[in-house]
Amino acid sequence: MNLTLLAQQTVNALTLGAIYALIALGYTMVYGIIELINFAHGDIFMMGSFVAYYMLTTLGITGAISNPIVFALVLLATFLVSMLVMGTVGVIVERFAYRPLRHAPRLAPLITAIGVSFILQNIAQILFGSAPVGVPQLINIQSAVVVVGVSVKYTSIFILALTLALMGALQFFVTRTNLGRAMRSTAQDREAAQLMGVDINTTIALTFFIGSALAGAAGVVQGLYFGNTVFNVGFEAGLKAFTAAVIGGIGNTTGAALGGFVIGFIEVFATQAGYSNWSEAIVFGILILVLVFRPTGLLGQQTPERA
Amino acid sequence: MNARARASSRLAPVRGWFGRHQSLSIIAGVALAGVVLPYLILLPPFSGFGTQLDWVDGFANAGVFVLLAIGLNVVVGLSGLLDLGYAAFFAIGAYTYALADSPFSGLHLPFWPMLLVGALVAGTFGLLLGAPTLRLRGDYLAIVTLGFGEIVPVVFLQSSKYTEGVNGIGGVYTPSLLNYTYPIGDPWPYYLTMAAILALVMIFVYRLQDSRLGRAWMAIREDELAAASMGINTVTTKLLAFAIGASTSGFAGVFLASKVTLVSTDSFHFDTSFTILAMVVLGGMGNIWGVAVGAFLVFELQTQGLKQLNSFLGPLNIPVLSSINFLNYQFLIYGLVLVLMMLSRPEGLFPSRRRRAELHEAGAEAAVPDVAAE
Repeated sequence: MNLTLLAQQTVNALTLGAIYALIALGYTMVYGIIELINFAHGDIFMMGSFVAYYMLTTLGITGAISNPIVFALVLLATFLVSMLVMGTVGVIVERFAYRPLRHAPRLAPLITAIGVSFILQNIAQILFGSAPVGVPQLINIQSAVVVVGVSVKYTSIFILALTLALMGALQFFVTRTNLGRAMRSTAQDREAAQLMGVDINTTIALTFFIGSALAGAAGVVQGLYFGNTVFNVGFEAGLKAFTAAVIGGIGNTTGAALGGFVIGFIEVFATQAGYSNWSEAIVFGILILVLVFRPTGLLGQQTPERA
Repeated sequence: MNARARASSRLAPVRGWFGRHQSLSIIAGVALAGVVLPYLILLPPFSGFGTQLDWVDGFANAGVFVLLAIGLNVVVGLSGLLDLGYAAFFAIGAYTYALADSPFSGLHLPFWPMLLVGALVAGTFGLLLGAPTLRLRGDYLAIVTLGFGEIVPVVFLQSSKYTEGVNGIGGVYTPSLLNYTYPIGDPWPYYLTMAAILALVMIFVYRLQDSRLGRAWMAIREDELAAASMGINTVTTKLLAFAIGASTSGFAGVFLASKVTLVSTDSFHFDTSFTILAMVVLGGMGNIWGVAVGAFLVFELQTQGLKQLNSFLGPLNIPVLSSINFLNYQFLIYGLVLVLMMLSRPEGLFPSRRRRAELHEAGAEAAVPDVAAE
């Protein structure tokens, strides 16, 4: 592999990794706070891509927009709407499917989570059909800058910048604000946090809102980058993103972001090496290896089993 | 509640007999169902939905799913481990038989030992997958099995040199017993074989449930930490549950392969794992009879019920209902069933008494009389 190709694929890997990282953040936040693998999270991402699709096609947009002001407005509106809608869906799911089972045996919420995942998939299938639909690509996918022989698409630059900005905002929120502190304390010890005056229900709902909004953003990115979406896209992406969260150390937001990029690299270079059909198998093979040799992930800490 | 207590005291001698002669009652129950079902469907309205042969064929297929549900119940219901890749072991069993008994491989090994070999191969994969993951927190198993369930069909699909890829392995040989070879297209021998297999597997699982191992499973399900401190080796115990579940799935796979004579990856995707899980949850996790009945009902509802609902509502010209194709909503319905069952009746339609007591820990008053009656 020559250097140009290597650099080119690195750009692709970073872009793909950004999508996984955004989804992985939601997994890791929810797991960190209520220790639930939210199987429906991948489908929240999928729904987010359909919100973008629906909104853009309703507005009559079919492709790239040349007017910079209109372009910026439409792009911003798409992200805001998708994030708001998916954040709300996440809160609703938490309220009705997970909250009543907070004190039930662990198996119960896992089963509802898998049920919710199927419900969301089917709703999307009923509303938008089983075939992939084309999502208008607001940024012309062909336009790119060439840096020392490597063509970097504007879409990639935008996606990376956006992802880093969202991660920075999340990091700021979690570490520097009162609500973020409430989230961290709830994750550490729910009862103690409650005794200190933290409203547990609001905090958990907020966690779901933020995690799902990030997945909604990832859904929009999916449309911008791949130009299409389908009702079951969330299943595979969700699994890969979960793997990313585990690689990074589940419960750790920086780790999830890191894990997302790791998975992006693995997938792109597996495809480059001619194993695109095997990319899933490779990712899960890695998941199992990580669980065997370093179950805490790259940046995670050992969490004791709670009864 | 008083009436209920009285009724249960009147039933006590009967229950006692079934309790003492559990294996006999299972054989009697399966035999009764096996004899009644092919004749029950000769009555309207069932007779209108298909010929007796169609129905018996459907029942034999339903038996495969009942077997799968009983196996998954050991993992999910008895031991409380969520296995989301159960269809993978089903696939492994089916492919094991297809490779040992088809013109594609050129081998023709006898069917009956292959049932056990298929179970063994699937069980081995269960051990390989479970050994690293069962040491970890319970929920990791769910995601790892989900991943495994995705990989296995991909591997079979991509290794077309050994599995004929998308086309699948065709012409798989049917079983033979003594000098009698099961004819293709005649469901009766399969139906009877399935009934016999079901009775045997149910006796096996009931015995397991009442053994030291079964009690250890339930102890782990209810409180893993407490079980460990009572001296139960949680890793090997969970591993055994997982492997036994996997081998039952492999067993069912061999049977299915010999019946449909074509093995391709189509039947082994996540949908199948999810369907079996819905069967177990609906029937009542932990209760073997409940799970068997639940699986049977779900299977018939899926293959016959939704179709009949379409043809029933279609001509009625009710605006919305007539135009809905209920077959498309199958998984939406399963999803709703899982969520609603967990929220309102986590013990399932036919609960096991112990499981209900556990799941209603918060409202313990309701469950206490049942436990006392036991």
